[in-house]
Amino acid sequence: MTASGPEELPIVSDEDVVRVRQAVRGYAQQVRLSLVDQTKLVTATSELARNTLVYGGGGSARIEVVTDNGREGIRASFQDEGPGIPDLTLALADGWSSGKGMGLGLSGARRLVDEFDLDTEVGRGTTVTVVKWKR
Amino acid sequence: MAGEAGHVHRLTELLRENADVLIGRWVESAAASTRGRSTSAELERDFRELFTAVLPVASGDGRDLSGNGYAEIRSLLEELSRTRARQNFSPAETASSVFALKEPVFQLVDEQNDQDLFRQVLGFSSLLDALGLWTFESYSRARESIIKEQSEQLLELTTPVVKLWEGVLAVPLVGTLDSARTQVVMEKLLEALVETGSEHAIIDITGVLAVDTQVAQHLLKTVVAARLMGAECTISGIRPQIAQTIVALGIEFGDIATKATLADALRHALRREGVDVVRRGDGVKR
Repeated sequence: MTASGPEELPIVSDEDVVRVRQAVRGYAQQVRLSLVDQTKLVTATSELARNTLVYGGGGSARIEVVTDNGREGIRASFQDEGPGIPDLTLALADGWSSGKGMGLGLSGARRLVDEFDLDTEVGRGTTVTVVKWKR
Repeated sequence: MAGEAGHVHRLTELLRENADVLIGRWVESAAASTRGRSTSAELERDFRELFTAVLPVASGDGRDLSGNGYAEIRSLLEELSRTRARQNFSPAETASSVFALKEPVFQLVDEQNDQDLFRQVLGFSSLLDALGLWTFESYSRARESIIKEQSEQLLELTTPVVKLWEGVLAVPLVGTLDSARTQVVMEKLLEALVETGSEHAIIDITGVLAVDTQVAQHLLKTVVAARLMGAECTISGIRPQIAQTIVALGIEFGDIATKATLADALRHALRREGVDVVRRGDGVKR
């Protein structure tokens, strides 16, 4: 796992979620995120990739190394063309789930990363982009 | 399958007459690419079988390999691919064994200087192409089934339930926890609780790389199920980075006992069982 260019991975099955997670771990190790930050990013990735699969009906993930004023970080974005999220406030609230999960995936993932961007439109799909910077 | 009814297929005749020479040269050219992983004797045995199965279909062009006439050669090639996949041959090496028959046949036909034969050998060449591709496909199917077997074995392997003490069981979890794995873990643990009559179970997650909400939910369900059976469950092996991630995610383990290490969890369970571990007073190691 030494590629630093953007990598696109499909998310259509449970195994793909694991694959995306492993790819993100590889990138995180490459820019030498601390162990805690690695684990946080990988966990957030796991949540978002699973959301893409379960609620978005599948999609893709894009992972890349980003730099800003000399500091490095990992950006991961998850895209689906699913039903979209009708009520963002509700979706980002702790403990609320439209499925049978714990309702912490989206809100939890947001707390695990440094930057969180959610772009959704009902009927068009959802794109979530997260960034974790190296400290 | 006979190309021209009533006529004897000349190429088939030629192949039959020169069988021994052809097989010899075939083995020779294939032996180079198998690099000593199969002995010439093995190759010769395999190729002789294949050759015998190819003869009846030599007049076909292999356009419809799924037909009944090809049943025998198909199953032979499948067998070959399967053994080669297990012996770690690459798919290219496996398929090139089939293609290797082309050269000796072309050479032989070339020596005959016969227009009819030349036309027939073109058909034979596409037959071999089709057979080679079939080998390729069988090879990947064989590989896939090996991978599937291995992942099933792994599923069993990585979830042992061990007895640490009278009444105390432990399940060390390693790697990725998905729904299938967790299901196996839960079933094994609950069964072991009944069999051994244990009242304490320790789920150790030292080897789990990341705990996300799905993993946490699975763990919580397992603990609740164990409780319903009257057993108490402790989750151990929560490393610093996992602890911080769990807090940030907002997962609450409620009143479930969690410990940093398996040793702590064992001590906790023993205390609950009424067992005290004390160092001998005399200070002498025996």
